[in-house]
Amino acid sequence: MSAHLSYGRVNLNILREAARKELREFLDKCGGSKAIVWDEYLTGPFGLIAQYSLLKEHEVEKMFTLKGGRLPAADVKNIIFFVRPRLELMDIIAENVISEDKMHSPRDFHILFVPRRSMLCEQRLKEQGVLGSFINIDEYILDLIPYDGDLLSMEDMHIDTTHIPECYLESDQTSLYHTAKGLMTLQALYGTIPQIFGKGECARHVANMMLRMKREFAGSQTQILPVFDSLLLLDRNVDLLTPLATQLTYEGLIDEVYGITNGYVKLPPEKFSAQKKQGEAGKDLPTEPKKMQLNSAEELYAEIRDKNFNGVGAALSKKAKIISAAFEERHSAKTVGEIKQFVSQLPHMQAARSSLANHTSIAELIKDITTSEAFFDNLTVEQEFMTGVDTDKVNTYIEDCIAQKDPLIKILRLVCMQSVCNNGLKQKLLDYYKREILQTYGYEHMLTLNNLEKTGLLKPQTSTRNNYPTIRKTLKLWMEDANEQNPNDISYVYSGYAPLSIRLTQVLARPGWRSIEEVLKMLPGPHFEERQQLPAGLHKKRQQGENRTTLVFFLGGVTYAEIAALRFLSQMEDGGTEYIIATTKLINGTSWIKSLMDRPEAQAS
Amino acid sequence: MMIRGKPDEDDYWNSSKFKAFTFDDEDDDFTRLKESKRAVNSIRSLVEEEDEEDDVEKVSWSGEPVGSISWSVKETESSIRSTGEVRDQSFPKIHTAPSLPKNSSGYSLSSLFKGKAKTGSFQSFSESFGDPSIRNYAPELRKPKSEYKDYVSDWTPEETVKRMQQGKVYSLEKFRSLQDKLLLLDEAVNAHDGNVITAVLIYLKKSLSKEILFRELITREIALRHYIHYLKEIGEQKLLVELFKSMDRTEDMALMQYRDHLNVRDENKKRDFLKNCLSFPFSPDDATHVQDHYTLLERQIIIEANDKQVESSGQADIFKKYPRKASILNMPIITTLYYSCFYHYGESDGTFSSPANIRKTFRISDKQFLLTCLGARAKLKAWFDVDALFTTKNWLGYTKKRSPIGFHRIVDILQKNNAPVQVLQDYVNLVEDVEQKISLAQKYKCHDVIINTYRDLKDRQQLIVYRGKVERGSSEYRKIEEILSNSQLRWKN
Repeated sequence: MSAHLSYGRVNLNILREAARKELREFLDKCGGSKAIVWDEYLTGPFGLIAQYSLLKEHEVEKMFTLKGGRLPAADVKNIIFFVRPRLELMDIIAENVISEDKMHSPRDFHILFVPRRSMLCEQRLKEQGVLGSFINIDEYILDLIPYDGDLLSMEDMHIDTTHIPECYLESDQTSLYHTAKGLMTLQALYGTIPQIFGKGECARHVANMMLRMKREFAGSQTQILPVFDSLLLLDRNVDLLTPLATQLTYEGLIDEVYGITNGYVKLPPEKFSAQKKQGEAGKDLPTEPKKMQLNSAEELYAEIRDKNFNGVGAALSKKAKIISAAFEERHSAKTVGEIKQFVSQLPHMQAARSSLANHTSIAELIKDITTSEAFFDNLTVEQEFMTGVDTDKVNTYIEDCIAQKDPLIKILRLVCMQSVCNNGLKQKLLDYYKREILQTYGYEHMLTLNNLEKTGLLKPQTSTRNNYPTIRKTLKLWMEDANEQNPNDISYVYSGYAPLSIRLTQVLARPGWRSIEEVLKMLPGPHFEERQQLPAGLHKKRQQGENRTTLVFFLGGVTYAEIAALRFLSQMEDGGTEYIIATTKLINGTSWIKSLMDRPEAQAS
Repeated sequence: MMIRGKPDEDDYWNSSKFKAFTFDDEDDDFTRLKESKRAVNSIRSLVEEEDEEDDVEKVSWSGEPVGSISWSVKETESSIRSTGEVRDQSFPKIHTAPSLPKNSSGYSLSSLFKGKAKTGSFQSFSESFGDPSIRNYAPELRKPKSEYKDYVSDWTPEETVKRMQQGKVYSLEKFRSLQDKLLLLDEAVNAHDGNVITAVLIYLKKSLSKEILFRELITREIALRHYIHYLKEIGEQKLLVELFKSMDRTEDMALMQYRDHLNVRDENKKRDFLKNCLSFPFSPDDATHVQDHYTLLERQIIIEANDKQVESSGQADIFKKYPRKASILNMPIITTLYYSCFYHYGESDGTFSSPANIRKTFRISDKQFLLTCLGARAKLKAWFDVDALFTTKNWLGYTKKRSPIGFHRIVDILQKNNAPVQVLQDYVNLVEDVEQKISLAQKYKCHDVIINTYRDLKDRQQLIVYRGKVERGSSEYRKIEEILSNSQLRWKN
């Protein structure tokens, strides 16, 4: 299940293997049979590292979800809690430990903090009087998790729910510290990265920490030939616009519509059930959503994930023809050898067939959405904003959506987008939107509006000059004739809008940032370049025509459409650079705004 | 650039950009989905002969769902739940994925960054956390000099912070003077490790008066942020308020306290809580919002008590006919207005529950008021009230219909509320733009409007076309016939 991690330019399986080894070592430290009690949030990310089989090999016999009260009985020597460092989880653990029947079954307790141990949590356990009950208190450093052959994510495990995530947008040192740590780990495995570029306050901080850590560990240099030629650190607040726009790639749309978590998507089962058991009407109609894994291990998915959705239909039908033709070959198979040959290929063909069936169904589901009037209207307004039309006026579509009580997140996404494209809204306009929102959705949302203002997504216009048009023109953020079927520019991922973050990346590779100094100054935060000394003898000698490898790290999240755009650049024939992508979290406009809301869970509407 | 909703801009519909997601072409890409679906279907019969239970996951999904961790957790748990007994449970049958080539990496993350000293506890202000267990800690690739020193008192702030990061024994107690403590704090901040910063802050909180600590934090933004986070985590609300006060961050303080109303369940207590909030130093805008929030809840409590009583006593028809589905408490103002327009329409301005009073008190815009009112009255099919909403009299006494919102939207709303054609066509007629009027009329089958409009446009051709669309012999058919045979009319075509 991890082979696809090693297909890319950089073998990310090395990172996964290192993480697995670490896990085995910890498990072996707790000798004897064991049960793991899971912080449910962690099972997803851990699933990308290991399967149950690995745990079982190391005597893990039972697994439970962390819950209050008494632990389930299990005849094991060790109970291990796998938890994030959260105070509320400590209270649950304490309850478990206290209500343990010691006479009956003396079991040893251990805690594994993921991704880092925490002072605060240990103090809480002490206050609860249970700290002494633990034989091992350890941490499992899980900074960067490999999601795909070219994709790493921290999945925001360092972020606290109680904390307004002003983190990346302003600067929270802790998460940046872990980012720097994660990058040090990467360098330990893949060699020192000779060049570091960056844009934004957080990027600057991370680079500083990396350089400092390197100085501190000087002398223990890893003797590994550098795999990466350069690192680009980008703050999300350098480009607030892109995540707000609706992604129009296949994968991006799946994420927008259904949400992808830890590489899985849950889909309405109807379309899939009909496909499997046709004819057996009404038999066992599944009510559970269909769960599907999405990554490049699946050939067809790797082919279509980054396409503009308008190009997906053609790709699927082309694939259908190929598969049909392959199945037809059975008629022409005459000799025993030919038949044998055909049969031997059947499993592969069947896999391709079901893969095609699944994606045809998904594409149909998505198409129902993209062809709806609501989707079209919303997209039209987004494109107006991005091209600078009437961004300084009350937008009647937003007004209408509020009047219809459309989901608040949708409203906030649009209003923020208007604000970003207008470099802030005139005070009167901002007040108007705020009043409409509070009156329609409830006054308590002033807390959310406040958060959005703190992050700069929503703000009053301070200067009369709106520099967004200049940025748009200089960086060619809007391309009139985006070709969706056979793209020749990254703007295809948003059917016209070229993500600012990726343009910056593209320009850096060629012709270099010096050509856009003016625009860089308009964007928030410093831009910089640093060099790291390589140990003698580790200088890479590039072959003629060999591509450079750049690691692009998005501090504060990246969207699937941005990833698609980077993959597009990697694949360009004369691109000259291949990209590996890392991020603190995979986001889309909805999940992003949600993370900035006050109590989003209470506001499902 | 195009402007939405202006049909005269033909370019708009034809420009490639905005066509992106229309899919209405016959040969568009998505008819191909059907094609691939057909292909899939035709293959299926063959495949099922070959393999009855073709498990998608097993073949193509690389085995992940079965045997994944979250799957296994669920599996163990459900087996426990179903039997109620755990002891003798066997394991779920696990499909073992092919294991990886073992040679891919010899590294383990911790081996890269493993601390030498494996004993000692991370925590301690000389109070040891007890268990000298084996632990791994974050980076220490090089032996720091400090390890060779025997006495705790020798450690500089820098060395202490480093030891903390590495999870070794350390002591903060020896940092006695204010200056030493601040040096330690600054060093922790420099190391950027939030865990260490928090540990130092806890020590400072214990050992410094809050006035001094607050004063020093003012100039230390990062430490301050961690301190605020720490206080939030452990729920020291009071201290946090004092901190904000001393920092002159009064608006933050006010908002933070306001936020607590979300935790108050009982509506009367919540109202009192909000009343108490009114005195907090909010920004002028927020102060207005909080005032409105309080006034709203206060009214909702009165309205709720009254209506509950009226409803249960069976006095009012409206409640009998349309029983209330939910309480009005804690609903947004617009929802409250809708409720008021539904159940309390026509009450005198003086009552708390009347739409007019609510509109005035909460400064609801004309548009919002109209839309809300329209929605409520249309739901009740009170077409007379709907009519009255738009009717204005000029000084000569003529009546005219006006609306702050385009009539095309009014038509949509009415239609959503199942307004009969007779009502709809009145409003379709009020749509100014002729093309929009016709398209709306066609959408909602307002034949009269269409026929009259073509007649007024003297467009004989269109009328003839339309005749072909209506039922032969129907009243609209006859009407068209009549008009077409009218020799008085001068057709333009």
